[in-house]
Amino acid sequence: MSLSDKDKSAVKALWSKINKSADVIGDDAVSRMIVVYPQTKTYFAHWPDLTPGSIHIKAHGKKVMGGIALAVSKIDDLKAGLSDLSEQHAFKLRVDPANFKILNHCIMVVISSMFPKDFTPEAHVSLDKFLSAVALALAEKYR
Amino acid sequence: MPENSVSADLQTGSDKMVEWTDFERDTIKDIFSRIKYDVVGPAAFARCLVVYPWTQRYFGGFGNLYNAAAIKGNPMVSKHGTTIIHGLDRAVKNLDDIENTYTELSVLHSEKLHVDPDNFKLLADCLTIVVAAQLGKEFTGEVQAAFQKFLAVVVSSLGRQYH
Repeated sequence: MSLSDKDKSAVKALWSKINKSADVIGDDAVSRMIVVYPQTKTYFAHWPDLTPGSIHIKAHGKKVMGGIALAVSKIDDLKAGLSDLSEQHAFKLRVDPANFKILNHCIMVVISSMFPKDFTPEAHVSLDKFLSAVALALAEKYR
Repeated sequence: MPENSVSADLQTGSDKMVEWTDFERDTIKDIFSRIKYDVVGPAAFARCLVVYPWTQRYFGGFGNLYNAAAIKGNPMVSKHGTTIIHGLDRAVKNLDDIENTYTELSVLHSEKLHVDPDNFKLLADCLTIVVAAQLGKEFTGEVQAAFQKFLAVVVSSLGRQYH
């Protein structure tokens, strides 16, 4: 299920509409993930404050969306473009890759709630494919 | 086929009733009282056919599903979307016995329609996205959690009679 030119255009078009709100999207997506999928809290036991809106969650949401922004810019070769992030996730963070799917879902729910007119089914399928490809690239170095 | 859905997996034993908090009950009923059935049902089902095109395999008799525009404008898709959401309504009205409410539907989907139960999760994810679009800011994390728990129970019940 590789990204077609149509998918890449759709992702870039959607990103240009939403990227000004990237920090807000990231904050909401991470907050929401912790609430809807409480098992994800296990990765953040070192944060003193896990309540939605906390500075830790805000900062982490910003970091995640920074990664997405990088991925958009490297959309033609995600494996190479996200190589450093993959190393980090594989050897340092060791996040179970099943969680990438969970966070991707939360990101898309937030985008849908904030940009209902832009997150059409066509945009959705391309973004879903893109985020799945990002997850794959992030897991590249795991084993 | 790689697993696509993230709807929460629920394991409900046959004697174990699902327990709902007051917040969850109120939230689920509130969502269904606010959404437009003839908008959300068709939108979610059409989105599922677009985002997960392999789900079209069950709808060979639906005519033109060639692209997103055709799917969205297809009257059989709209009709079936409305049917699905009214089916969910039955679960909302029987929150404490969704399993038995869906026994016949489960048998139907397994024995007659031969639908891979993984598809229920895909449709559930599309419903979440569409309801999020409808409710906007009010679709908070807590509301999403309640809604996804409800959908997980529905999905589990629909798969129960498969063998």
